[in-house]
Amino acid sequence: MLELFTAGFFLRALAGGALIALTAAPVGVFLVLRRQAMIGDGIAHVSIAGVALGFLINLYPIGVGIAFAVAASLAIEALRRAYRTYAELSIAVIMAGGIALASLFFTMGMGFSVNVTSYLFGSIYTLDDTDLAVISAIAAAVLAFAVIFQKELFLLAFDEDAAAVNGLPVRIFNVLASVLTALVISAAIKIVGALLVSALITIPAACALALARSFRQALGLAVAAGEIAVILGLLTAGWWNLAPGGTVVLLLIAMLVVALAARRLSI
Amino acid sequence: MALAAEMAEDCHQPVVELDNVSFSFGDRKVIDGLSLTVRERDFVGIIGPNGSGKTTLLRLIVGLLKPDRGEVRLFGVPAERFRDWHLIGYVPQRKAFNPLFPATVREVVLSGLFGRRKLFRRVTRADQARCRDALEVLGIADLESRRIGALSGGQQQRVFLARALIGNPRLLILDEPTAGVDEETQDNFFGLLRHMHQKHNMTFLMVTHDTERVRSYLGPEPETASGRLSFYVRHSHGLEDCAETDLLHTLRTKEG
Repeated sequence: MLELFTAGFFLRALAGGALIALTAAPVGVFLVLRRQAMIGDGIAHVSIAGVALGFLINLYPIGVGIAFAVAASLAIEALRRAYRTYAELSIAVIMAGGIALASLFFTMGMGFSVNVTSYLFGSIYTLDDTDLAVISAIAAAVLAFAVIFQKELFLLAFDEDAAAVNGLPVRIFNVLASVLTALVISAAIKIVGALLVSALITIPAACALALARSFRQALGLAVAAGEIAVILGLLTAGWWNLAPGGTVVLLLIAMLVVALAARRLSI
Repeated sequence: MALAAEMAEDCHQPVVELDNVSFSFGDRKVIDGLSLTVRERDFVGIIGPNGSGKTTLLRLIVGLLKPDRGEVRLFGVPAERFRDWHLIGYVPQRKAFNPLFPATVREVVLSGLFGRRKLFRRVTRADQARCRDALEVLGIADLESRRIGALSGGQQQRVFLARALIGNPRLLILDEPTAGVDEETQDNFFGLLRHMHQKHNMTFLMVTHDTERVRSYLGPEPETASGRLSFYVRHSHGLEDCAETDLLHTLRTKEG
């Protein structure tokens, strides 16, 4: 069994998973604080439509998925501005559109159903070098953005109006944040699958928000929770031959229960 | 305002000018042909019932909304071309923020400095020192590391005021700052504003429900009215010259 843990595909899975956890967690903190936690689901379902189209027209599926996800995130941001008080409405509309489109593409090419399931539930063991390169590039971009603009992102999450009155280019920030969110989500689809992607984004943030006193602490705790769940989850799944995406997500939920219990004890 | 204009010395430039501004939500007209000039060192209290457009007016002034007709000028510059946002301090409605947000008092107060000029720059030692000064001036230095949601309403109010003051603004805009806090806290807070207005080179624009306190400081009669909004104005001549002073520093030397 030990040779599994040194096999190339498993090491690639670990590396890809660790990179995604590193980026999904800070993105999740930002989204949850802005009451946009559901955006992960919305974008993931549109991204799946892109993946399906990629198979249909024989283009790199993750690439087409990314293009769809970015378009969806920009549409959500535009709708959010139109319906300021109903941010979740825009996500519901985009999500329904994504599923509808995906089901169309599915039925247009019945032959690729096996491959598509792997995107619905994740197929981390099939990560190839191209996938890993794409994931690394996305992780680098998101981390650079989060580090360089940490203080601006704090203000944007805490009080968007004050950010505008301070003279920050709020619209540009919102669009950039949406695009980077879309990139992380489409990369994460390959790891845990479209159906579980939002868990990887929101649950580490939920764990962190249960315990954190400052914004900086929240980011650190979310990354820690995500990394522990992904690495421990993949090792567990490898050892007992379980579904990797599902194991990671269940581990995250267990950690959330512990975090909530810890908070109750400390108050 | 007309009266303030007559009283104003040469150095008292217009800070906020509204020129025949109208704004509607859908077909409901909220602001209708409003003209208003706020000069340096005015204290303007805006009073009106719910739904009379108080908050809308503030959002128009700070550029969060665009007028359907007319023009807003800040420090003489049309709002859409205005870039010197560090001249403006903004105290939002206290109820607008999420009490579970993970943010310490220090993080919130420092965020008052995060504008266009601070992009791609780190928080410096000087910034940290300003933050401590602001907290000290407002008497909340001991709360620096607390989570803002865990504080009382009056303490939160002071945190938001500290955030607005940290950049040493020339114009302070307050959106119902005293809503939902007890009488004594409101008195303290208003006393603080009054002191700043009398001793410092600062202009105030405050939206409030608090008719009593506004009248007792700004006078019994509004200077103008538009729709259901009333504008109470008081000009201050406490400062001999109009030289720029660092508010936090002068506040501290005067109080301590």
